[in-house]
Amino acid sequence: MANKSTPLNPTRRSVLTGMAAGGALLTTGLGARFAQAQSSEPIRIGFQLHRTGIGASYGRWYERTATAALNVLNEGGGINGRPVELVFEDDGTDPKRGAEVVEKLTTQSNCDLVMGTLFSHVVIGSAPRAGELKVPYLVCSEGHHVASGMLNRWTMQPGITDVKSQVQGMAPFVTSNLGKKITMIFPDFAFGHDHRDYFTAAVAAQGGEVIKHIAIPPTETSFTRYFPQIPSDTDVIYHVMVGPAVLTFVKELGEFYGSGARPQLFGFIDSLEAVDINSPGLEFLDGSHFWEGHPRYKQADASEHEAFYRAAVGVDDNGASVSDPADIATYAHMFSTWETLFVIKHAMEAAGYQGPADRQKIVEAIEAMTDFAEGQAHPQGPKTFNGKTHQTFGLQSITKVEGGKLVRVHQTTMEDGFYPDEVDYTTMSF
Amino acid sequence: MTVDRALFLHLGLIAALLAFHFVAPAYHHTNIARIMVLAIYAMGYNIAFGYTGLLSLGHALFFGSGLYAAGLLAYHADGTAGIGLIAGLLAGGAVAFALGLFALRTAGVAFMIVTLMFAQAGYLTVLYFGSYTRGDEGIVIPKAGRMLASLDLSDDNTRYLVALALFAVALLVNLWLARSPRGRIMVAMRENEERSRMLGYNPYTVKLTALTISGLYAGLSGAAYALMFGYAGASLASVQYSILPLLYVLLGGAGTVIGPFLGALLMFYLIDYASSITDAHQFVTGVALVLLILFAPKGILGTIRERGLKWLP
Repeated sequence: MANKSTPLNPTRRSVLTGMAAGGALLTTGLGARFAQAQSSEPIRIGFQLHRTGIGASYGRWYERTATAALNVLNEGGGINGRPVELVFEDDGTDPKRGAEVVEKLTTQSNCDLVMGTLFSHVVIGSAPRAGELKVPYLVCSEGHHVASGMLNRWTMQPGITDVKSQVQGMAPFVTSNLGKKITMIFPDFAFGHDHRDYFTAAVAAQGGEVIKHIAIPPTETSFTRYFPQIPSDTDVIYHVMVGPAVLTFVKELGEFYGSGARPQLFGFIDSLEAVDINSPGLEFLDGSHFWEGHPRYKQADASEHEAFYRAAVGVDDNGASVSDPADIATYAHMFSTWETLFVIKHAMEAAGYQGPADRQKIVEAIEAMTDFAEGQAHPQGPKTFNGKTHQTFGLQSITKVEGGKLVRVHQTTMEDGFYPDEVDYTTMSF
Repeated sequence: MTVDRALFLHLGLIAALLAFHFVAPAYHHTNIARIMVLAIYAMGYNIAFGYTGLLSLGHALFFGSGLYAAGLLAYHADGTAGIGLIAGLLAGGAVAFALGLFALRTAGVAFMIVTLMFAQAGYLTVLYFGSYTRGDEGIVIPKAGRMLASLDLSDDNTRYLVALALFAVALLVNLWLARSPRGRIMVAMRENEERSRMLGYNPYTVKLTALTISGLYAGLSGAAYALMFGYAGASLASVQYSILPLLYVLLGGAGTVIGPFLGALLMFYLIDYASSITDAHQFVTGVALVLLILFAPKGILGTIRERGLKWLP
């Protein structure tokens, strides 16, 4: 807790000052031993986890991925020679609880920093508290909220590209290879609106046109009645749905077109994260395209780092758990927890991190980073980090459903996803 | 004598919370600030449900009205916290009054359904106007909007003391109301509406007043939550936030002044503790509530009042 004094609480301050003084007296003469003990203490990293709630399928894999990364990190000597612990705490995918979890991890579990949040509303609900606590808060969300400037100096996204960059990178491929008249189907809330706004602009910049926006209310459980709104001259249907009804959405879209002619389909894999694309009813997806942050199926040209990562997390070549082929990974997103953990390692080592008093140095160390080379720490691929916007930019994949697998047909360049800075966090105070 | 004991008890709670400020560990310090804000909401719910017998499933609409009145003013109009708190208070009261004009033409299960539907419409309205509210993602309240005169509500100590001040006022007004003639008429409506009508009281007016006061509490709580914790999002106006105050009140004791605070306190720490030992924390919470309903249907303070402390208001 920030113990900033105010005119309202001189007594509290004096109480705390007295306690601190007492503590200092107790440790007088033991300073050297204390410092030595502290330097070998484990570094504790709080992980705000969607273990329950709408993000639970992501949370399950985020936990597995982060745990696998932790094992690799500790086997490699930890951070600054100190072992590292992850402290997982469920936030129920709820923003109010999310803020409480940041509080709990920081002030009760004594974590050095907090990471791991995926869902945007939980990030936005939690970030103000992280800023007040002055604790680094490293999210794995892909939301544009960090780079948009709406958060604070302590909140960063070094492990995954944001949605604005992702859709901007997709647009040239879609308009050049699939068609220029596009109908977008998206959930009628902020996540969907981001896709609507950024993709529409990106398509226009490529000479294409979004001819129809179909927003689906978040409470909807059946989608067939929306499909007649798709204009007949549509070349491409762009779909991005999330939540428990995604499978129904995709199945009903297939039933709507049946075996007849249909527009090209381009979807964000969010529509099918943790869902087997060979599920009954999804046969019509054959030949359609998807965005994937990290291809679920092991590609023919997969790097040794990708193979190492896949084996360490326990994912087979089809993107399922090695112990349960029906347990499909959230592969397109979960690499972000792995990579974020290694960014933390490098930042702490660069900052000479000793304890919570050095938290600001972690933020400054990350802000100073510019490039992450592909390797064991970054198996998804190389990245460029923008210290001003606290946002990373990486390569995106477009895969095609062929023979029941997702096969990469295109990879964006780093530059495809760049856009002008919207904020400079480094000018903000801590 | 009874009056003094009750007053001392409530003043004692306020004094204990003030004392807690000086000794509380950091984690619990912020938790109690949060609980006090939510307890104001639960107190408001208790005025409608515990004292007047209005079982509403739509109070998230009033809480959300206060939340967004304060949040949007700060976000879009550079409003300060003082204006936000007043706006939230009035928004909650006004929306409750307007809802009451329609919903109080029904009673019982129909009242529950009508209030639930209005609240759901309010939730969807927040999503519909996503360009202003950022819908489900929500908005971060700017620091300037969290200044109450010279007091910075993002500061832990200030936040606690302002939360305590609001809680203390809400608690004492609630105590006064519960022991006032108006409060007794509200209880009479709960116990036997037809007999109250026969005695010359207008049930519609009494219930509309109670619901409006309840809305004022909920709106103030919503505004305080947004300004003190820096966030306003649609999930805080969802049906879950209509259920939560009901659970707080049932747990602490419906129709008791301190019950809502006690319920909010216990529920918060039950969830907090259960989630640290099991993934199935919602199951643990559910079992605790079922046991409560089976063995102490009047809640903790309701049961204590029944078994001894008859003077407990």
